[in-house]
Amino acid sequence: MNRVARAISPVTRLFTQGWRLSALVISLAVLTPVMVIFWSLFSPDLAVWQHLKEHLLWELTANTFWLVLGTASGTLVLGVALAWLTAVCEFPGRKIFSWALLLPLAVPAYVTAFVMVGIFDFTGPLQSGMRSSGIEWALPEIRSLAGVTLVMVLAFYPYVYLIARNAFATQGKRALEAAQSLGYSPRAGFFKVALPMARPWIIGGVMLVIMETLADFGTVSVFNYDTFTTGIYKAWFDMFSLQAASQLASILVIFVFIIVLLEQQARARMRYTTVGKTAGKQERIPLKGWNSVAAVGFASTVMLLAFIIPMTQLLIWASDVVMDDLDSRYFDFLWHSLLLATMAALLVVTAAVILAVANRYYSDLTTRIMVRVATLGYALPGPVLAVGAFIPIAWFDNQLRDGLHAVFGYDGGLMLQGTIVTLLIALCIRFMAVGFSAVDGNLQRITHSIDESAHSLGSSGLTLLRRVHLPILRGGLFTAMTLVFVDVMKEMPITLMTRPFGWDTLAVRVFEMTAEGEWERAALPSVAIVLAGLIPIILMNRHAQH
Amino acid sequence: MPNTDYLLELNSITQRYGETTVVNEMSLALQQGDIGCLLGPSGCGKTTALRCIAGFETVQNGTITLAGKTIASRQLHLAAEKRHIGMVFQDYALFPHMSAAENIAFGLQGQSKQQRQRRVSEMLALIGLEQSAELYPHELSGGQQQRIALARALAPRPRLLLMDEPFSNLDITLRERLCLDVRDILKQEQATAIIVTHDQQEAFMIADVIGVMNEGCIQQWDSAYNLYHRPNSRFVANFVGEGVFLHGDVVDGERVRTELGIIDGEFDAPCCADCGVDVLLRPDDVLHDDDSPLQAIVKAKAFRGAQILYTLSLPTGSEILSLVPSHHNHPIGEPIGIRLDTDHLVAFRV
Repeated sequence: MNRVARAISPVTRLFTQGWRLSALVISLAVLTPVMVIFWSLFSPDLAVWQHLKEHLLWELTANTFWLVLGTASGTLVLGVALAWLTAVCEFPGRKIFSWALLLPLAVPAYVTAFVMVGIFDFTGPLQSGMRSSGIEWALPEIRSLAGVTLVMVLAFYPYVYLIARNAFATQGKRALEAAQSLGYSPRAGFFKVALPMARPWIIGGVMLVIMETLADFGTVSVFNYDTFTTGIYKAWFDMFSLQAASQLASILVIFVFIIVLLEQQARARMRYTTVGKTAGKQERIPLKGWNSVAAVGFASTVMLLAFIIPMTQLLIWASDVVMDDLDSRYFDFLWHSLLLATMAALLVVTAAVILAVANRYYSDLTTRIMVRVATLGYALPGPVLAVGAFIPIAWFDNQLRDGLHAVFGYDGGLMLQGTIVTLLIALCIRFMAVGFSAVDGNLQRITHSIDESAHSLGSSGLTLLRRVHLPILRGGLFTAMTLVFVDVMKEMPITLMTRPFGWDTLAVRVFEMTAEGEWERAALPSVAIVLAGLIPIILMNRHAQH
Repeated sequence: MPNTDYLLELNSITQRYGETTVVNEMSLALQQGDIGCLLGPSGCGKTTALRCIAGFETVQNGTITLAGKTIASRQLHLAAEKRHIGMVFQDYALFPHMSAAENIAFGLQGQSKQQRQRRVSEMLALIGLEQSAELYPHELSGGQQQRIALARALAPRPRLLLMDEPFSNLDITLRERLCLDVRDILKQEQATAIIVTHDQQEAFMIADVIGVMNEGCIQQWDSAYNLYHRPNSRFVANFVGEGVFLHGDVVDGERVRTELGIIDGEFDAPCCADCGVDVLLRPDDVLHDDDSPLQAIVKAKAFRGAQILYTLSLPTGSEILSLVPSHHNHPIGEPIGIRLDTDHLVAFRV
């Protein structure tokens, strides 16, 4: 069954078993918060439950539902249309749009959110400008379902765009031609063939958007639009009911898992829907006249709204306050963010390597399940994970203190609470999948025949690792570190809910300033976050060009 | 006036991508029911020519006529979907979300359900895949996918069928069989077709008439026999089959003097006498004969089962090829006797 395990010595076998044991520990660590959350679903505190049901549940469910529906349909239309234009058509500026349309990925949704709210505010540039030029229109209220949906669509459409663009680029034009040779017009061909063919990809992208929408905390906070994530936060920090928080979390988790299942299904379908060799370089459909103008106008509008206007406003605000706010406190935030992101990145990559290696040595079901479980965290919304990680760690901490007291007469306080341990663990769980897929992708490039050819040329053991495996893996490790680093920099709810008191990061600072409507002062920390966010986009582009 | 004997006529069409001319004043004429083939090295413009006929590319000059009607010219471009020209793509371009039967039925829009079903079963029977009707493309082998793609293109009874490197994604053993199958299917359907390929064996097997293409135009539009035995240019002579050129001087309309002596056979002499020519010698023109006074030294040999292809070196250093029954096994370095056997000469002026 397993060729590696059969061929190796007992010492090596123990060594490889070690990988597997470590993988087991990691997957258990991920499983614990999920189990804790589910436990509260199956053993509800009825009084708390009654209160939630009467006061919150209906509103939260309705709010979340409409937001998900709006964001999903908006990103679907925007993402698919832009993907088709840039992947299959030709119009002036297409190449630039093709990568520039990904730039909004660099901006966390909560940053776009507070900038948009700030712009539309009574004292914001738009309304002041209108007043001073005597225009007396009433602007639509930005703090509304429509407003929050618009911002989410602008922030999340790149997920659909990116994945649909890949699908169209490999098969779009060819599918149209096949349909044309069978008598269908290009328009009919698009709806009858190209779109249905890309369906698994598009569904996959939309499911990612829904997961992001369900997990979002920062954006809805800015808009004061209550969803499950803010509900969890308020239950814990305003009502001081961890019980209520975890019950809300358990409901959210059920929604999320349904979406995850749909996404997995779409992914499975993607695997078999590419048939035959895909055409390497394909000719594009040139857009002529008004069509071309419309394409440029459409793509530019999206760019303007999703990136250029928010970034310009952000920079203006940041430069307004930079003299006052760029002080030692700002460097504290920055330092905390960098420290946290670096530590999390190192931990995640270490764990990801363990998982990936275990996965390579053992392709049995147990190992595969362990890896699956260990990378589940990407689906868990931050507030859910915060609650799920806090409860068992606090319990363990209390046991530890009591145990030490009983045995050694230890009188000190709690050991883990008040440190960044909980925070780090929760972040690692959340971003394990990001690190794992980058490492595993590279490890899979090392085929067994590469190992065998190295053996036949006289390299094995550590030499093999040093001369063959590590050089191949290096790029993957670097990518994994970068991606996790940036994700942690942008992360808001976990950091907010499980950080030690007063230990603020850039994202926390953004939350606090936006909570008070101090848009200018939220802008400065946001700039650093956006700059970090640009790194993976640049990497992605470099990768795409090779 | 377009000649109505021909189903398809290309009249010196030209197609450019920016600065580069991909198809350069190319012409051909194909009769109803014939299988034509565009044969040429990669980059010679054959696929682009095919795509011009299909309507996926516009032509900048010249005309394309189908059944007496102009479908493409400098001023006119009939949309691909209105040409009734079927196409089998190199990567098949099967629709992965449809079963084999649904793929075949795709082009039968506007027909009743019974008509569609009848045609689909007819096509499945024709390609011998009745059992696979409900399978999806990813569940089919490469050869089966290829036949489904063919059936899909043939189902609406196109006036012309185009096939772009249809066998290049298949392994070699399968290629030969499928090539003959496809020819049978096309002939049964009485289809007129153009096939693009870079493989001359494929072209010889499947086509009634072959156009050897180079640098955007057809060098020779002819039968396989004539391409091999009566190439009209050095390019065709080199591209089709094996052979070498041997320098010589024309003696008269039937003889050329070379270092192997006088070679005779009728040929279109480029001059009356004494001009320099290169004579094409195919490996089957050079026979092995132990009694022959003409000697050449074995320089390399390639065993081909029934025959051995010898590369022989002449005293002047020129090389010729000779195909010899394989029981005549001579080691490298040994001189062997040869004799020329030519009835028709191919000679090009130096």
